[in-house]
Amino acid sequence: MIINHPLLGPRDAQEFTYLGDAALMDRPDGMAFPSAEAAQDAFHDYLYLRDNPAGEHRELWFHEQGDRSWLVVTRNTVTHEITKVEFARDVARRRGRSK
Amino acid sequence: MTQENRIKGGQIDRTRTFRFTFDGLPYTGHPGDTLASALLANGVRLMGRSFKYHRPRGPISAGSEEPNAIVELRTGARQEPNTRATVAELFDGLEASSQNRFPSLKFDLMGINDRLSPFFAAGFYYKTFMWPAAFWEKLYEPIIRRAAGLGTLTHHEDPDAYDKGFLHCDILIIGAGPAGLMAALTAGRAGARVLLADEDFRMGGRLNAETLTIGNHAGADWAEDTLRTLRQMPNVRLMPRTTVLGAMDHGIYSAVERVSDHLPVPPEGKPRQILWRIYSCHAILAGGATERPIAFENNDRPGIMLAGALRAYANRYAVTVGDRVAVFTNNDDGLRTATDLQAKGIDVAAVIDTRQEGDLLPGIRHLKGAQVINSAGRLGLKSITIRHANGKSETLSVTALGVSGGWNPNLNIASHHRGRPVWNDGIHAFTPPTDGPANLTAAGAAAGHLSTHAALTTGAQQANAALEALGLNPHTPDLPKAEDAPLNLTPFWYVPEGKGRAWIDQQNDVTVKDVKLAKQENFTSVEHLKRYTTLGMATDQGKTGNILGLAIMAELTDRTIPQTGTTIYRPPYTPVAMGALAGRSRGHEFKPTRLTPSHKWASEQGAIFVEVGMWLRAQWFPKAGETTWRQSVDREVLQTRASVGICDVTTLGKIDIQGRDAAAFLDKVYANTFSTLPIGKVRYGLMLREDGIVMDDGTTARMGENEWVMTTTTANAVPVFRHLEYVRQCLYPDMDVQLISTTEAWAQFSVAGPNARKLLQKIVDQDISDAAFPYMACGNITVAGGLRARLFRISFSGELAYEIAVPTRYGDAMIRELMKQGEEFGAVAYGTESLGVMRVEKGHVAGNELNGQTTALNMGLGKMVSKKKDSIGMVLSQREGLTAEDGLRLVGVRPVDPAKPLTAGSHFLDIGATPVAANDGGWLTSVVYSPHLGSSIALGYLKNGHARIGQRMRAVNLLAKTEVEVEIVSPHFFDPEGDRLRG
Repeated sequence: MIINHPLLGPRDAQEFTYLGDAALMDRPDGMAFPSAEAAQDAFHDYLYLRDNPAGEHRELWFHEQGDRSWLVVTRNTVTHEITKVEFARDVARRRGRSK
Repeated sequence: MTQENRIKGGQIDRTRTFRFTFDGLPYTGHPGDTLASALLANGVRLMGRSFKYHRPRGPISAGSEEPNAIVELRTGARQEPNTRATVAELFDGLEASSQNRFPSLKFDLMGINDRLSPFFAAGFYYKTFMWPAAFWEKLYEPIIRRAAGLGTLTHHEDPDAYDKGFLHCDILIIGAGPAGLMAALTAGRAGARVLLADEDFRMGGRLNAETLTIGNHAGADWAEDTLRTLRQMPNVRLMPRTTVLGAMDHGIYSAVERVSDHLPVPPEGKPRQILWRIYSCHAILAGGATERPIAFENNDRPGIMLAGALRAYANRYAVTVGDRVAVFTNNDDGLRTATDLQAKGIDVAAVIDTRQEGDLLPGIRHLKGAQVINSAGRLGLKSITIRHANGKSETLSVTALGVSGGWNPNLNIASHHRGRPVWNDGIHAFTPPTDGPANLTAAGAAAGHLSTHAALTTGAQQANAALEALGLNPHTPDLPKAEDAPLNLTPFWYVPEGKGRAWIDQQNDVTVKDVKLAKQENFTSVEHLKRYTTLGMATDQGKTGNILGLAIMAELTDRTIPQTGTTIYRPPYTPVAMGALAGRSRGHEFKPTRLTPSHKWASEQGAIFVEVGMWLRAQWFPKAGETTWRQSVDREVLQTRASVGICDVTTLGKIDIQGRDAAAFLDKVYANTFSTLPIGKVRYGLMLREDGIVMDDGTTARMGENEWVMTTTTANAVPVFRHLEYVRQCLYPDMDVQLISTTEAWAQFSVAGPNARKLLQKIVDQDISDAAFPYMACGNITVAGGLRARLFRISFSGELAYEIAVPTRYGDAMIRELMKQGEEFGAVAYGTESLGVMRVEKGHVAGNELNGQTTALNMGLGKMVSKKKDSIGMVLSQREGLTAEDGLRLVGVRPVDPAKPLTAGSHFLDIGATPVAANDGGWLTSVVYSPHLGSSIALGYLKNGHARIGQRMRAVNLLAKTEVEVEIVSPHFFDPEGDRLRG
């Protein structure tokens, strides 16, 4: 596969390491829950409940043999067509993540 | 032996003669021959035995689709099994032999299988060898493995090199027949970067095998002219002997180039083969078509082959397979074989044409509406029996028969992305799918356009379409005149008459009857048919015969062929040597080797090294007179604890962390708190995965307000760095934190033992007294009068210890200086074994305890997980299942009898308990011999372990067959109060 890196252009997928669903970025704040049970439920859902679509999938790739940027790659899991590549940091900010 | 079947013409170089042997007998051939064509020229038709029944077989094709003529090439370490004689390029001195026969090709004892064939019908494995189960491993499998199987391996290391390479192009053209050549010419002239790959050593495709003309030239001459033109274009690269194996994603194709297969030994510095990864913008599949046979009784005798192959041997290789031939066809292309051979002066006995209609060939006995119903000749064809249209039968004496059931486009690569082939009623064959790989188009016969004219036209068209997409100027070349005859095929798949076996997959011995049996047992889906009968599962992947099986199944189930469907294709297109896939990644070059800065010095000391990931680390340093590793390790440990020892710890991961939010960042990634750590101090940190399991541990030092140095375990240096980047970029994108891996920037040595400070003070420029540099201090220092260095007062051994880091290029000088300055203290170098002994004595966890299944609580470090802040893994580490009071706890283990050695991996059992899973109490993770305690000691995870300290249990290892009575103790065997490290 070829991943079209936003800065570096088309790069072979061998340079990257795969992590998984980009929803992993939506990590809850462990201190923001009224009880330990509520926190554990939320983290359970966050960590273990993932969509496994046959089709478009947003996923995290790390350019390990490159510039070390984490990317959100929108890939069709059936055809492997990649329609969008973004810096994970930009996506995280758009989702309201900060410090 | 003379080349008795050699005829005039052909594309062979008669000025040179090659000598070669087959099964030990000497033969001759010429440059331009394949092994098969040279053997046929010498009158050898029998080249192999079939897989299951050991039937005598000869080649049925002149190409890579060959199912029968599978041979071993060369001898010694270069011996290579399962190669196809029909594509093996002849060279002088080639030694080839047949396979799957015993004791000889002509007399094969396993031919008895042929007589027993009623027992070996489709599904015989499933039915025969089901019961009793115990017989499978002991009886059935060894027998089957001996009887079946193709070639043999030498078990010698392959002496040749295999390379991997990368190529980029605008347009990859697969196949250099008329369509591929015209596409290359069109694209090349427009300035596109073109790669033209062909599996054959002579480019030109079928043009080399036909007498057809293009313009005013013979087809082969036109191909040669065109290749000459292409060779002069700097933007075109011709790649003969290169098979495109598969379509990967995003325009990437894999291909194997046989650089030296046609030579006895690769030229100096050249590889045997190259596995290419080709990056293309567009690809044009112009791989031609493969002829298919018609099944009839005993259609597998040597001498019976595809009509196009018979013609190729005559036209290209100047070989006739027999002195008297016949042709069996259901289409006009088969007629060409008869006319071509007759023009070569070969006696054509008859053309048996299944079709009623159409013109008769002039000057040839052309039998309309007739069928070949049987053949005779045990080791080679002697005669065929014909059923005439009027019902009469006739036996014709012939030594070769060409069979044509039509042509199947070589669409394989176009369905590598699961696209379903599309049935074409015009040629009665499957054509490439419409949903094939993006930017791949097909031209010529591969697209179902079987005439030369159509090949040239579609080649130019597809090249122009690709040029347009690339933004280059398409142009229409002058298309030379070429034949444009229709195929006129009337479907005819198998001769229904006859009680014997009619073969459709000759390599796997699948017959028409097997397909009928599959239908009878309701294996009617193509995927079931394939697996039940093994149709198309041999090394040729059913390139010639698959379609027959589908057609017969369609007929039996009253469906059309497209309704029946077809199996699809996966890479590789043809078999590929494991060596080519491995490339240079073998032996020492299988993975990179990382050497520590003290490696050269350690080698000089005669150190024994151990692989730790990619690193080579000194395991121990034997001294004169020491005969066992234990003697060396005991000495290293005792001397370190008595005075001072030095160990290279460079391999531990080192990560510089800087930024205004570095402290807050560390609080997120570590379970314990770092933001409270004063400048100039080090803290042990525990890093969890989000699921609450321990990921890694290490020490992190605060070198300044916003400057930190983290260490990781050797094994996790890369994953931890990746994880930190993930946390930084994906979770906390606005934190001001920068990371850089400095593992290889610093040479780091542990200096441990009561004399560690005295030794270091001789080298370090600053005061490192206990007051100035207390336990867990860190700082930037200088050594040897000004060299910048880092010093950490941390201890893995439990001794007064430091880790000192200097820039890597000074690492060698540093170990030599430390050892020199340490002479007065009797300093020793110690390796990973002693490191392990001392950390187990001290009760420190390492890789065996951090195995990806254990929690901080298991390790006795549960209190380290701060609940006052959010950190990765904090919430889920408190899950019910991970916090059980009686869960696994880290304990120390000593044998009750100090003379008894412990075995790592042993399980804890209560005294008297039977060794079953229900009684399992946990396991021993790390075992060492402690020279201080004079016995084997261990760490282990034991259920409710803390409550069991002081009790006796058994450590049982059913694999090693060991059982030792042990006492459960604290994991801190040595200096539990920690007085020594604070000294």
